[in-house]
Amino acid sequence: MAYILNTDDDVRQMLDTIGVGEIDELFQSIPAEVRLQRALNLPPALSELSLTAHLIDLANHNQGGDQMPCFLGGGVYDHFVPAVVDQLAGRGEFYTAYTPYQAEASQGTLQAVFEYQTLVAQLTGMDVSNASLYDGGSAVTEAALMALAVQDKGGRIVVAGTIHPEHRQILETYTANLDVQIDVIAPDRTGRIAAPRLADALSKPAAAVILQHPNVFGLLEDIEGLVRIARDSGALAIVSVDPISLGILKRPGDYGADIVVGEAQGLGNYLSYGGPHLGILACREEFVRKIPGRLVGQTTDRNGKRCWVLTLQTREQHIRREKATSNICTNQGLLALRSSIYLAVMGPSGLREAAEQSTRNAHYAAQELAKLRGVELAFGDSPFFKEFVIRVKGDPNAILAEVRRHGYHGGIALKTWSAGMDDAILIAATEKRTKAEIEGLVAAYRSALA
Amino acid sequence: MYKLDPPALLFETSRPGRRTAILPAFADVPDQRPLEELIPAGFLADSPPPLPELGELDVVRHYTNLSTSNMAIDANFYPLGSCTMKYNPKRNERLASLPGMLALHPYQDESTLQGVLTLLHEMQEYLAEIAGLHAVSLQPAAGAQGELTALLVAAAYFRDKADRRTRVLIPDSAHGTNPASAHLAGFETQTIKSNDKGLVDLDDLRSKLDRQTAVFMITNPNTLGLFDHQIGTISQMLREQGALLYLDGANMNAILGMVRPGDMGVDLMHYNPHKTFSGPHGGGGPGAGPIAVRDHLAPYLPAPIVGRRDDGTYFLDLDRPKSIGRVRSFFGNVGVLVRAYCYIRTHGPEGLKNVSRHSVLNANYLRALVHDVYPVPHGETCMHEFVASARGLAREKGVRAMDIAKRLLDHNMHAPTVYFPLIVPEALMIEPTETESRATLDRFAAVLRTIAEEDPALLHDAPHTTPISRPDEVAAARNPILRWNAPVADPGANGNGHSTASAQRSSSHAAATVPSAP
Repeated sequence: MAYILNTDDDVRQMLDTIGVGEIDELFQSIPAEVRLQRALNLPPALSELSLTAHLIDLANHNQGGDQMPCFLGGGVYDHFVPAVVDQLAGRGEFYTAYTPYQAEASQGTLQAVFEYQTLVAQLTGMDVSNASLYDGGSAVTEAALMALAVQDKGGRIVVAGTIHPEHRQILETYTANLDVQIDVIAPDRTGRIAAPRLADALSKPAAAVILQHPNVFGLLEDIEGLVRIARDSGALAIVSVDPISLGILKRPGDYGADIVVGEAQGLGNYLSYGGPHLGILACREEFVRKIPGRLVGQTTDRNGKRCWVLTLQTREQHIRREKATSNICTNQGLLALRSSIYLAVMGPSGLREAAEQSTRNAHYAAQELAKLRGVELAFGDSPFFKEFVIRVKGDPNAILAEVRRHGYHGGIALKTWSAGMDDAILIAATEKRTKAEIEGLVAAYRSALA
Repeated sequence: MYKLDPPALLFETSRPGRRTAILPAFADVPDQRPLEELIPAGFLADSPPPLPELGELDVVRHYTNLSTSNMAIDANFYPLGSCTMKYNPKRNERLASLPGMLALHPYQDESTLQGVLTLLHEMQEYLAEIAGLHAVSLQPAAGAQGELTALLVAAAYFRDKADRRTRVLIPDSAHGTNPASAHLAGFETQTIKSNDKGLVDLDDLRSKLDRQTAVFMITNPNTLGLFDHQIGTISQMLREQGALLYLDGANMNAILGMVRPGDMGVDLMHYNPHKTFSGPHGGGGPGAGPIAVRDHLAPYLPAPIVGRRDDGTYFLDLDRPKSIGRVRSFFGNVGVLVRAYCYIRTHGPEGLKNVSRHSVLNANYLRALVHDVYPVPHGETCMHEFVASARGLAREKGVRAMDIAKRLLDHNMHAPTVYFPLIVPEALMIEPTETESRATLDRFAAVLRTIAEEDPALLHDAPHTTPISRPDEVAAARNPILRWNAPVADPGANGNGHSTASAQRSSSHAAATVPSAP
């Protein structure tokens, strides 16, 4: 009995106090005909020692970024995680607490969330942030639902064809039974959204436009122009960002975005096979009563001391039930804490370095790969951040398999992501990649293409 | 938990020019042209974002001190009803943090993921077996997303049959996420009353159940901690109308290996692995919300699902033409699932059954120790939790459930869930979990009994030993201050010169009490 403290003697005395003879008598409200009459068909219990050996064996059947340099991106990136993030976020007082319903017993979590909200607001240039959402994909959807609630313009959402395809799929799944029309704008040959196409799409009213910058191909959109067109039409401008990029790029709040979302895995969280991560959501203050998920606010206690509480809870499902702004209950508290610690320890200069070095590494990789016979940059001179697309002569999956044989996670085949990308590979570089690794990757591609 | 003033905010500790060196000063690639030659200047900010400037020790002290103003399972009894705050085994943390698990990118080739795919495939099978159902999606990121996903599956199923159904029925004792999820899935919701025993009122259900009903969402054991023995009748009634029975799996901790939802007639359900299978709650997440369904609903599950080929290799099955699509990027909250996997493997079939037996034993023992002072309006025994009422104390002494909750904090114990479920006045929802000892339960009961005797004035001002006491929640909601802002008089001092007009308005409300504000 792995974690049960009661001894046989305890159990006997407890049953006496309750007034029953056996524990199983306490289950008499379960009708006999539905009870399980056999043991669950599960493997037998393992000791800690055996379980450890088993998990190490499973882990050894994976070859992740710890074994091969990782040039994969597509929303999740192999950024460096400083030691303080693990050490501090791993404290049991944070790790094994729950939602801060009792403010007096949870000031640590509450202050940390208030600081998270401030850090995200500072990072994005927005007025307010919520306490985090599940991931970047559901954050896009929550932002769209929020825009529909704020606006009174019917159920039309215009989506750039350059947002992450999985984010669009989530939006489509969530809204399948709602009165929502989703119109997608195809990118032009530069891999970006052309301003006239957006203007054209907005000749009919829309509640919101969803843009991603850098976009799914790593490219920088004419984001200021697109946001202006969206807002001039009366639609809200929702901008999905890579938070690391804000170490060097202009902040969405400074160019007029209404709602900013993003996958914030890169802020101090491991790849972790895609989760748990967190989605950010920040907006202008006028929308705050329509924001989904938890919010922490500052107040004072009965002795006048500054403190923090969960606030504006009348938006939430446990009070409003079917009229809530969202069905979300938990945030991603621990990941938000990790992201705060990351931003605190990196600071403005550290974040700038992470962004700038990722940019330099990606550009060096692009420049060297483009020199190979059988490789060209898919979008020519379109400016990009830390990720870019190449087109290859040959089957991308076969080429990537060969690159992997040389010891590199060399990119993502985009065949299933986007029309006309059958020969395309998406490649990302973070600050963790080195000159030697990039040159090794280039050599692996050279050999794979030969 | 220490009674210390919380540390200053990160932003108040910030000093211009202070920093921690984490990265090398420069990337080692040869191209060191100015950044503007790589990215056109029009995209670049003039300066990095106005984050606080701190040294590593600043950050370490800050968060270490912050942590000491939290209660947590590692330090405190935490009988927060409905949340299953059981011990979070340390072995699970270490194993989920193996580099061979943490460093996996979701778009790696399947050939490099066979270990994690094996684990996830086994997890699908375990959750199907525990549920007594046939197919599992691990994708939903939390219980609420699991509910939504399951309801979308139900909607797709009916649409596929060209059977138009518009309504979801939900008991009045249900979690608030149930109606919120049903609404988001495009259904109207209708509330089903509880009877005087705290169970589903079958007459009310019968009067509202018809061919428009898509799903009835039941929590069983319910939020009163009672197993609804009418479950067989309920599932029969639903079958007759062609409707589906959904189980909110929040209370699975009570029934592992004792009874399986599928055997009770449930068609689809979600799990809360962070509750039932001991994932750390992390101050409010991450959770996970896998769902299990009967075979006729399996085609509609989100894609991908982990499949197994005849040669024993595993793959992500994306070829699911009837799937509702995707509710989360990648494969869900895998890290939470790895911990749940470790927990299930540690326990095995008998161990899981014992989890439920002891969670029910502990709850009934605690109930027996306190119910003469804190009456439990429903049921003679309970499952893994019970809902007591402080109504008598409220009438006689003006002591309310919240006062009792706050006073418990003075005894270094976390409070129960209060004022939920809504159908019990002055509710105290108490879930001790199986990992607590009799001695802890004795102490908790003794404290609860003492509180009932204490001076109401003392209780109204409780807690007295915590870092803060009775925050003004009304003021917080009336004038929301949701972020720190730099003092306006010296906007550059802490690195944030970007106070918006509206946020300055917020700051002025706080002027009297916030030392750093103007």
